[in-house]
Amino acid sequence: MTGRTTRKRYWNEPAMGLWERVYILEVVRGLWITGRVFFGNMGKWITGRKGAVTTYYPEETRADYSPNNRGRHVLTQRANGEVQCVSCNLCATACPAYCIEIVSKADFTDPVHPKAPERFEIDYSRCIFCGFCVEACPEDAIRMVKEVPQLPEFDRGVMWAKIDLLKTWHPLADPRKHYPPGREP
Amino acid sequence: VIADLMVHGALMLYAIGFMMGLATIFTWVERKQSAVMSDRIGANRCYIRVPFTNVKFVAMGLFHAMADGGKLLLKENFTPRAYDRLCYDLAPWLAAVPVLVVFAIVPFGGTLTLDGRSYALQVARLDAGILVALAVLGIGSLGTILAGWSSNNKFSLMGAARAASQMISYEVAMGFAVLSMVVTYGTLDLGEMVRWQSQSAWGIFVQPLAFLLFVTTCIAENKRVPFDLPECESELVAGYFTEYTSMKMGLFMLSEFLGIVLVSALTVTLFLGGYDMPGLGRAGLPAWAEAALQVGIFSLKTFLVGCFMIQVRWTLPRFRYDQLMAFGWKFLLPLAALNLCATVLIHGLAAS
Repeated sequence: MTGRTTRKRYWNEPAMGLWERVYILEVVRGLWITGRVFFGNMGKWITGRKGAVTTYYPEETRADYSPNNRGRHVLTQRANGEVQCVSCNLCATACPAYCIEIVSKADFTDPVHPKAPERFEIDYSRCIFCGFCVEACPEDAIRMVKEVPQLPEFDRGVMWAKIDLLKTWHPLADPRKHYPPGREP
Repeated sequence: VIADLMVHGALMLYAIGFMMGLATIFTWVERKQSAVMSDRIGANRCYIRVPFTNVKFVAMGLFHAMADGGKLLLKENFTPRAYDRLCYDLAPWLAAVPVLVVFAIVPFGGTLTLDGRSYALQVARLDAGILVALAVLGIGSLGTILAGWSSNNKFSLMGAARAASQMISYEVAMGFAVLSMVVTYGTLDLGEMVRWQSQSAWGIFVQPLAFLLFVTTCIAENKRVPFDLPECESELVAGYFTEYTSMKMGLFMLSEFLGIVLVSALTVTLFLGGYDMPGLGRAGLPAWAEAALQVGIFSLKTFLVGCFMIQVRWTLPRFRYDQLMAFGWKFLLPLAALNLCATVLIHGLAAS
């Protein structure tokens, strides 16, 4: 039967002065801070400027993406214009989100690269943009470019996050892909 | 008699519409105001599209309240496995209805003269006005307690116990604050109080301490942050309405916002001059215009006080439970008692 239990003293116990102890003064100070932010932002909204630091996502994207941001995936292509992917499924194996699906086809006219993808789908509703697929690729066939995929939709019916990379395939847009002079596809 | 009934019916409809409409607007205000004061944009995705066109009305996210209502109505009506049926179903109504009832005694305008008969713009003119308000508001906490007890859940029970003790400790201080106003005005009738204020000074200038106490205890009565111990989601899932789903849960949420409207209306009536605006009586407007203007002023004042309460809600962190109790019993109650004593003494000396 202990009458009064002693509370544990912490080494960094907050020291409250008289100002903090009289709670109402701190309330007034807090209200002053939040009210200042509120009216400042409201003034911005009313005068037609933006009073928020967040972005209005699908309509406006943030301006400060990193210069080496890893965004949308692209497939690279060989000098002869074929897709560089040999559909070895290493990226799909490495993918922690299991969002890559490859359907391969055989093309024995090119004896060096007999396998090629027929469909190369990435489910962007599951992709976590980790870049493991890029690391896993032995052929440098998949890369990530700077811009982010434009996925959001207002309508549930239109939303379709599974994207066939072969359909949106323009590796020439990737400036880092170097083609020898005279060998451009 | 028929005309009387019609006018009174219209007043009742206005009162209910005022409460419901303002409560709905406050759900929007809470979202938007909290967003603006924390550098965000806030809910703005709900829209109404004109059929067969691509014209969308967003109205700054005002339709989110409608979407919420529709969603809550269509949700599954889930109930816990073992629960007290009667109390469980009764609790949301007990939480929401008293708040609506109390608004009946709040005067939301001066007098309306129709065909030579004058009506007070108030649903019920009671001589015991403010006492009825305190009494009926007490029933609201009963709904909270019943909800927590009947849903057979430890979190709910904990929330209900907290709600009960919090109600008790803060209603005393609230009663003292109101009593000092009653002593000041010399009447219990809210309409008389507003007339007193329009003739001399607003209550906030006469009794600033009572105003602070009343607003604080009102926020505590509403179970809003910083006093939202009964439903603090970091400790008790959702507190007393953990086990409630669909529109029953919606009724609890609605009762919270109705509570904001109500305590704002009470604060306006008791301390901020009610429907009164200085200089309105001398403007020489026709009677109907003055009545309409008074109703508008009352709505505006109520809205602004509600906004202030939302500002407080998004500014302050939650109390710890012992702090809450200590704040109520050791700080607010003595202060309210001192205020009441001082008021009584001053009035007694002035009268003698």
